[in-house]
Amino acid sequence: MEKYIEFDNVSFSYIDEYDTDADNETVIENLSLTINKGDFVCVLGHNGCGKSTFAKLCNAIEVPQSGKVYVDSIDTSDESRLYDIRRKVGMVFQNPDNQIVATVVEDDVAFGPENLGVEPSEIRRRVDEALKQVEMYDFRHSEPHRLSGGQKQRVAIAGIIAMKPECIVLDEPTAMLDPRGRREVMNTVKKLNEEFGITVIFITHYMDEAVRADRVVVMDDGRVVLDGTPRQVFMQIDKLKSIGLDVPEATELTAMLIESGIDLRTDILDMNELVNEITRLTEAEN
Amino acid sequence: MISDITIGQYYKAESFIHKLDARAKIILTVLFIALIFLCKNFISLALTLVMVILSVLLSSVPVKMYIKSLKPIIPIVLFTAVLNMFYTGGENVVFSFKGITLTSEGIFTAIFLAARIVLLIIASSILTYTTVPTMLTDAIEKLLSPLKLFKVPVQSWAMMMTLALRFIPTLIEEIEKITNAQKSRGADFESGRLLQRIKAVIPIIIPLFVSSFRRASDLAYAMSCRCYTGADTRTRMKQMKMRIRDFVCIIIFITSIAGVILLNNLFGAVI
Repeated sequence: MEKYIEFDNVSFSYIDEYDTDADNETVIENLSLTINKGDFVCVLGHNGCGKSTFAKLCNAIEVPQSGKVYVDSIDTSDESRLYDIRRKVGMVFQNPDNQIVATVVEDDVAFGPENLGVEPSEIRRRVDEALKQVEMYDFRHSEPHRLSGGQKQRVAIAGIIAMKPECIVLDEPTAMLDPRGRREVMNTVKKLNEEFGITVIFITHYMDEAVRADRVVVMDDGRVVLDGTPRQVFMQIDKLKSIGLDVPEATELTAMLIESGIDLRTDILDMNELVNEITRLTEAEN
Repeated sequence: MISDITIGQYYKAESFIHKLDARAKIILTVLFIALIFLCKNFISLALTLVMVILSVLLSSVPVKMYIKSLKPIIPIVLFTAVLNMFYTGGENVVFSFKGITLTSEGIFTAIFLAARIVLLIIASSILTYTTVPTMLTDAIEKLLSPLKLFKVPVQSWAMMMTLALRFIPTLIEEIEKITNAQKSRGADFESGRLLQRIKAVIPIIIPLFVSSFRRASDLAYAMSCRCYTGADTRTRMKQMKMRIRDFVCIIIFITSIAGVILLNNLFGAVI
């Protein structure tokens, strides 16, 4: 596996420029983490655990006070390479309204490539391609404020992929969306990862989204508490609960069933799996 | 009330005017304004009126849209017209009663004043109804680009204008949300004297300001993540191209201006 983003013993705190005596609470503490190329990584954690800061460190919006962050072997503290890093690592934010810059969908998607100085005909091609990839091509002439939250967020994603990044960081992209919008966004991101090999770092606090990742990283107090495949992570029900996180409903139900003496597999993540497991069990008994 | 704002609202259609180059349309609007203000008698005003009506018809924008954009200024037009009618001095007294005199000069001034304001609004509405706001800002950027020689940040101005236009609907939505939130807590915006009503708006303005700054900060992050530097190396997806029809329209307008000046001289000025 090829390393893509590497956190090497990173610490970070927000410094109040006007109040130098203030206690600078450390947001990220001695974090070391490697994200491989082509991975779909979910970062979980409750509010204030440092996951947004983690996202900002990934594309040099913030630079660590100690330790280093490398993106594709480029040190993010190297200011001369700032825009190389931002071109490689795109970022989608929580509020879709605050990241759309143009009054027409296709103009917004063109914004990134325009900034990179891409040729007009090539921009046109990339914009059409990006909008097709997020299934928003039919809305290319629409005004963003007339779209639903999920649609706006997909436009924002298209705006990033038109820049041809190698990695996309999504900072709670589904937090302001309804269940349908959340599904749309998750499916889009999943598709980008699987079909186009884009590395995805998906920050969320929805467990059912984290289940769909290749790898789940759980953060608490600026540290990585758990790290592994969704199955490995969600089996640690007690540990997750102790830091104020939930586990997927199916996993919790399974745990309760096991506790009451039913012999089930412990690594169940969704309802379908649970249903299959129970059917298997009843068939075996018959 | 708030959703009635139509300035900067594009009306989607595929008309001849929609297809004109945005730069040409801005130049045409300026020529239109010149035309409107050069009229000095009814014949030249009629010519201008014909030009306006033709443009409105060519724009494929329903006439009721134009009427809608005129509505808010009707009181101003009436007020200034009436004032001018009585306060313009003149020789030819038409009517005099208890010190109030009405002169034919006054009536003419009022008519021309009203006509000019109305035509002005219509002419500028044609521009905003038929041009996508982003094209408009692009065109302004292009037209102002000679100022770059004097180190004027034309590109950044255009970006600011685009963003301002982009956030109008978002902020309107926000105002409605805040208003409803304050109303649900018992805020009263409808009754009381003027001063009280103005005070009542403060609980809307302050949250709006706070959230606007937050939005601005988010937007700045998002823009810099998309590699916006404000540098001139930026390219544009939609290239503007002046075609023959754009030049033809400009020539027609310049000819009309010449026509108006000629008509003014031939038939004498009434104001």
